[in-house]
Amino acid sequence: MPKDGEIKSGIGASSKRREDVRFLTGNGNYTDDINIRGQAYVFFLRSDVAHGTLNSVDTSAAAAMPGVVKIFTGADFEAVGGIPCGWLVTDKHGEPMQEPKHPVLAHGKVRHVGEPIAAVVADSLEQARDAAEAIEVDISELSAVINMKDAFKEGATKVHDDLTSNLCYDWGFVEENKGAVDEAFKNAHHVTTLELVNNRLVANPMEPRVAIGDYARSDEQHTLYTTSQNPHVIRLLMGAFVLGIPEHKLRVISPDVGGGFGTKIFHYQEEAFCTFAAKACNRPVKWTSSRSEAFMSDAHGRDHVTTIQLALDKDNNFTALRTDTLANMGAYLSTFASSVPTWLHGTLMAGNYKTPLIYVNVKAMFTNTVPVDAYRGAGRPEATYQIERVIDMAARELGADPVALRRQNYVTEFPYATPVAVEYDTGDYHATMDKLEEIGDFTGFEARRKESEAKGKWRGLGINNYIEACGIAPSNLVGQLGARAGLYDAATVRVNATGSISVMVGAHSHGQGHETAFPQVVADMIGIDESQIDIVHGDTSKIPFGMGTYGSRSLAVCGSAMVRATEKIIAKAKKIAAHLLEASDTDIELKDGMFSVAGTDKSVAWGDVTLAAYVPHNYPLEEIEPGLEETAFYDPSNFTYPAGAYACEVEVDPDTGKVTIERFAAADDFGNVINPMIVSGQVHGGIAQGVGQALLEGCSYDEESGQLLTGSYMDYAMPRADDLPFYSVDHSCQTPCTHNPLGVKGCGEAGAIGSPPSVVNAVIDALHSGGKKVAHIDMPLTPDRVWNAINNA
Amino acid sequence: MYNFEFEKPSSIADAVAALGGDEAQAMGGGQTLIPTLKQRLASPTTLVSLSNIPEMQGICTGDDGALCIGGSTTHGAVASGAGAYPGLAALAGHIGDPAVRNRGTIGGSLANNDPSACYPAAALASGATLVTNTREIAADDYFLGMFETALEEGEIVTEVRFPIPEVSHYEKFVQPASRFALVGVMVAKFADGVRVAITGASEEGVFRWAEAEAALSANFSSDALDGLILDADNMIGDLHGSKEYRAHLCGVIAKRAVAKAA
Repeated sequence: MPKDGEIKSGIGASSKRREDVRFLTGNGNYTDDINIRGQAYVFFLRSDVAHGTLNSVDTSAAAAMPGVVKIFTGADFEAVGGIPCGWLVTDKHGEPMQEPKHPVLAHGKVRHVGEPIAAVVADSLEQARDAAEAIEVDISELSAVINMKDAFKEGATKVHDDLTSNLCYDWGFVEENKGAVDEAFKNAHHVTTLELVNNRLVANPMEPRVAIGDYARSDEQHTLYTTSQNPHVIRLLMGAFVLGIPEHKLRVISPDVGGGFGTKIFHYQEEAFCTFAAKACNRPVKWTSSRSEAFMSDAHGRDHVTTIQLALDKDNNFTALRTDTLANMGAYLSTFASSVPTWLHGTLMAGNYKTPLIYVNVKAMFTNTVPVDAYRGAGRPEATYQIERVIDMAARELGADPVALRRQNYVTEFPYATPVAVEYDTGDYHATMDKLEEIGDFTGFEARRKESEAKGKWRGLGINNYIEACGIAPSNLVGQLGARAGLYDAATVRVNATGSISVMVGAHSHGQGHETAFPQVVADMIGIDESQIDIVHGDTSKIPFGMGTYGSRSLAVCGSAMVRATEKIIAKAKKIAAHLLEASDTDIELKDGMFSVAGTDKSVAWGDVTLAAYVPHNYPLEEIEPGLEETAFYDPSNFTYPAGAYACEVEVDPDTGKVTIERFAAADDFGNVINPMIVSGQVHGGIAQGVGQALLEGCSYDEESGQLLTGSYMDYAMPRADDLPFYSVDHSCQTPCTHNPLGVKGCGEAGAIGSPPSVVNAVIDALHSGGKKVAHIDMPLTPDRVWNAINNA
Repeated sequence: MYNFEFEKPSSIADAVAALGGDEAQAMGGGQTLIPTLKQRLASPTTLVSLSNIPEMQGICTGDDGALCIGGSTTHGAVASGAGAYPGLAALAGHIGDPAVRNRGTIGGSLANNDPSACYPAAALASGATLVTNTREIAADDYFLGMFETALEEGEIVTEVRFPIPEVSHYEKFVQPASRFALVGVMVAKFADGVRVAITGASEEGVFRWAEAEAALSANFSSDALDGLILDADNMIGDLHGSKEYRAHLCGVIAKRAVAKAA
């Protein structure tokens, strides 16, 4: 393959991110930058208790405060639907999950700190806040259920009185294999058991959420401006399930969005509220989340407590894997919450290995905490962390080399049907590990360890593999698994008369660089300059349809739709060219923006053909329509399976327990790569988030009161530049996806999925090098936790 | 935030007069106060900014050789202007981030007495004198516990006088989220003995470590602290570190401070 930088344009070129010009010069157009004439502001009065009976909400004094337009409470939303969950999980007995009502504003009870109780719409935000303080809320506080193990106990306080218990579902996968798995454990030569916590995270996109509702009485048209990763999904969920607004009367616009990381996929109460209130008040209504509100209203991520067991035979072959997980749903089911610990987690439990028997049990629990949903990786980091930690532990227990143990058990023949219901189309795990050993300079490690020891530090090397399932998803498959939506995507390629192109895409770019990378594909296919092509995204009135951006799906799914639509364009353009060149369209070739007749010197330029389509004076009107615009919907036939190998080197200060990351290497196989620079950037950012999870970030609640202890950056530690080393990242190992037209797999989540286990493995390795036989430390590996582990070893 | 009147006097006398009003609140750089106001956790009637008072600005050397720093001098100005006391300049240069250092003031920090702030350790370890509009207060008498000081209502820190030690160093082990001190230790060696002040660790706020001072006064080397350990009982125990961890860190960080003292 060519080296980075050798390709100057089109597919494979590291074209500079064109969107960065506006982002870096303050010219972005974010939702909060939008102000509509006459708009009012809403302030949400949120619960300051975790669990309580809402006896009364008296708004009479507040309603008389200056500037107040209208005050809403839960009673105002009795006639509208609740916030829906987009995925029905069926439990191991074939029963549907327990699905509680999720009101727009709390009614009857409050179930987590931060749940909105009332909403004050006023002329200014400060007036709304003033009035909110005058609302008299009478709550009888109830005991809160925070810890999942407590929530599971017989007789535990119930988060939802109308459900039978706090158990959302008890999912077994693959249930029919359970007996065989248990049998394999009985016959195992060695069993490694590990209990671990996948820590709860707050996504913290740089831009907090914002929603503006607008309503035009003249044509009964609703418009919602919102910080969403998927405006069509919001239109579908909010329009159809919550407010009952048909699609043609509801426009959803997501302009520039400052990071999503999953937490902006979901449909939130504030969006429904602003849309509803704009009509009720006959004024635009704007809400901008404060950072404090974000901590207690954005869906959180992860929060699994797991016991995993790995069985090996006498030759160190993996013979079986089983895992029991408690997964926190929080107080309500967020949009995709139910799918994360099940179908996005259980199906990845084979990892990169040919373990023949696997059983996964997940019990999803309701607790009095903020709802938990997808966060960069969503289920796949939880799977990877378990697998790669338990393998490392097994290697240590058996005295095996952790790289060799992994290599010995790799899947090497593709396609490979796992025992957890998915089929890997392609991959080469030895190749990425070979590359990792090279870029991670494994041979130099011992010398570096000695240097660290000379400074009184313990150095550790941790490695791991990962695999993820991206490009979600084949609609018929996910439909069988309970998804309440199709997961295809769509693109319209609109060729203008003079040859420039607008591509309307269903994917939404909120930092990923689509505005640069997508045009590279179309430019390459036609052979024209990238600058001739723009994409349009983020507005349901401008784009045909789209399921949005998450799960590293944009290029694999929406990009494929764009390729299909472009193929239709080229086919039609060839017919026009054939007419102009007086040849058969089967003889027309397109290269570098020129149509030519094979074997002749006759040619016509792209611009002449596009002009002919719009000025059809000399045109085969009896055979084809004028104009040049095509739409394609693309539904993938399988997931894609990016995979890789990561290595982390840490130093541990034995006196303080502080961990510093000295080196980090990532060898990824993303299949074909459109823009290597953007891909590297995605990996860089993903690793930062993975390191954040491993060392710094941990959302914590007081288990008695249910108060959020990490409610601001004073206590919730985000990774900063000086927490991270320079990375060595490589994506030259490329086994192209076999089932999509670009051969791409997806790269957005890899860094966050692949990095936490190697960080933890490295710290454990460092502690062992210091003579401390520590088996495991739960993330985040704060100095306090590491020091305690050292002291107790 | 709630509405308030805003005053920006240009002399100490005018500031004191303004602070005599009902529910008046002095503001140095506002690095703690403004976030508090934004969260509606304080509601002063009048906010009196001390940032425009020339007699509270700047750094000079007193007749007794002490480094005198005006109460409204920013951390950034101390970092670049307190070269005569390198340990103090380095401490100031590592408070918060550049934005904080360009607004936050020494008087504001000492009046607030956050239990994790850096300056209280410097004032206490240096045996500084806090000069107010009415009196002079020795650092040993000034810090009365978490967010508590000897200041009376309406009294403002106009200047801080730091005796300059022979050698000193402030070593900070940061809380990972806020990057305030989880434990911060200032050691200052004077001709008549060593002073050690610790911030971030104790429920009582900044404190002197008498045993360490005695040991270091006899032998100013980090080895002198071997075996010394503080009682964990009075330490802060929270999400970021147990009481035992903080007690242990005090020893480790104190040794590092001594080793780096210059």
